[in-house]
Amino acid sequence: MRTLARALPFAAAAFFAAGPAFAEDAKVDTGDAAWMLTSTALVLLMTIPGLALFYAGMVRKKNVLATMAQSFAITALVSVAWAVVGYSLAFTDGNAYVGDLSRLFLNGIATNWDKPFTLGSGDAAVAMTIPESVFLMFQMTFAIITPALITGAFADRVKFSALVVFSLLWTVLVYSPVAHWVWQPAGWIAQLGALDFAGGTVVHINAGVAGLVAALVLGKRVGYGHDNMAPYNLAFAVIGAAMLWVGWFGFNAGSALGASGGRAGMAMLVTQLAAAAATLAWLFGEWMTKGKPSVLGAISGAVAGLVAITPASGYVLPGAAMIIGVVAGLAGFWGATALKHWIGYDDSLDAFGVHGVCGIVGALLTGVFAYGPLSASTAVPAGLSGSFDQFVTQAEAVVAVIAYSAVMTFILLKVTDVVVGLRVSAEDEREGLDVTQHGERIA
Amino acid sequence: MKLVMAIIKPFKLDEVRDALTPLGVQGLTVTEVKGFGRQKGQTEIYRGAEYQVSFLPKLKIEVAVPSAIADAVVEAIATTARSDKIGDGKVFVFDLERAVRIRTGEADDAAL
Repeated sequence: MRTLARALPFAAAAFFAAGPAFAEDAKVDTGDAAWMLTSTALVLLMTIPGLALFYAGMVRKKNVLATMAQSFAITALVSVAWAVVGYSLAFTDGNAYVGDLSRLFLNGIATNWDKPFTLGSGDAAVAMTIPESVFLMFQMTFAIITPALITGAFADRVKFSALVVFSLLWTVLVYSPVAHWVWQPAGWIAQLGALDFAGGTVVHINAGVAGLVAALVLGKRVGYGHDNMAPYNLAFAVIGAAMLWVGWFGFNAGSALGASGGRAGMAMLVTQLAAAAATLAWLFGEWMTKGKPSVLGAISGAVAGLVAITPASGYVLPGAAMIIGVVAGLAGFWGATALKHWIGYDDSLDAFGVHGVCGIVGALLTGVFAYGPLSASTAVPAGLSGSFDQFVTQAEAVVAVIAYSAVMTFILLKVTDVVVGLRVSAEDEREGLDVTQHGERIA
Repeated sequence: MKLVMAIIKPFKLDEVRDALTPLGVQGLTVTEVKGFGRQKGQTEIYRGAEYQVSFLPKLKIEVAVPSAIADAVVEAIATTARSDKIGDGKVFVFDLERAVRIRTGEADDAAL
């Protein structure tokens, strides 16, 4: 029953050009669907084992398993929550602020299960060439990684029960609405015209700001600034970062929602270049200011660049991507070293310093460097280009997401604290979360 | 019998072993240890967080020998484990009262 609404007013040529997405006999595009199935697997790989290893490698030996458990448990928890209510709140029409409950428990997914999916309705509807199952599964992997990113901020001290309660509430009440604002055609930020190709605001600013609030609410780790909190096994972190880098091709190039045309390819190219430029920027920045080019710096730089190019991929060309990468590498280095110590919060693994700061850099620079033809469509033939107005629009989206994420995260942390308690006892924290939360040790 | 215990730099282990074998030393126990002496520590930096690491990785070797060759063993370790840089370690010698080879029940010098 889904039709390509926005194609209707156009002439026959344009009508047939959009043919594959049209009406009852439309068929799923095999190439697009194959790429999206692959991308979905790549994005899941970013969380387990990518992020799990990245974070676990940076904590002390006594918290390695608990840190991995956070990513793994969130993967399972959010998958179910997404099917139950999260997807419906994010991607059904609803109003400008949140979707409705028409896809509760994925109700109605059996209808048109083998037909191309159209997101939204009316003039702004996005006609895809993949089935809804693939789209919702792809989006599920984004919903999974976002709360998993937050765990970097409260690593080493959060109760496992608190993590479960908070992540569940946060996914449904923060992630889903924000995804709706930005990515559902009816969402108010989408209507505003803010660009976010793969999740600069929805994923990284959202998670980064939540991380900052979590670090402030939970307080510093016992012994912070005094005890040696050196990572137990940075080799884990290097492997994890490398998996994040590779998985990110699914994240960004997959956000083209298909392989047709040049957009996915360009998104992949700019992703690689931004990551590379940011790696070099952090590495050399650290080398010049601290005396040594650290491995942790190199992998942190890569993640910083990947974060910053996320909203811009699909909108920018390679030259802009390298500029975004350099700026992100230096911004992340500043965020994780200077800013954190200056303000004095204990964001254990720099969820805010890297994801928050570089997410903001990327979202804003998207408004500067967007190259119109990449986003040209029948509805907007000239595409969306960088301009001062676009920059301002990006800034509005950034401020809105920061404000909502900060306020809601604070409230949800307080609710969680009342329900199960947020933080382990000082004694348990010294003993380590592996043994006190899970009754296990790595060795 | 004497028990010779030495703390050495890890990369010196093979040289020390090669020097002891010709002296008739039949066995050696090695343990990875950490400690500090005059060498003090090193600075590690992780995303701007600096830690003074005061305990450095070393190897502890323990070798039980007949009293007759104890001095030669000490001399061999002291010579081969030396790099002339701070942190080369130390050698300690203890009197050893008894020794038993578990498989055969041989005792003292015969068990070494």
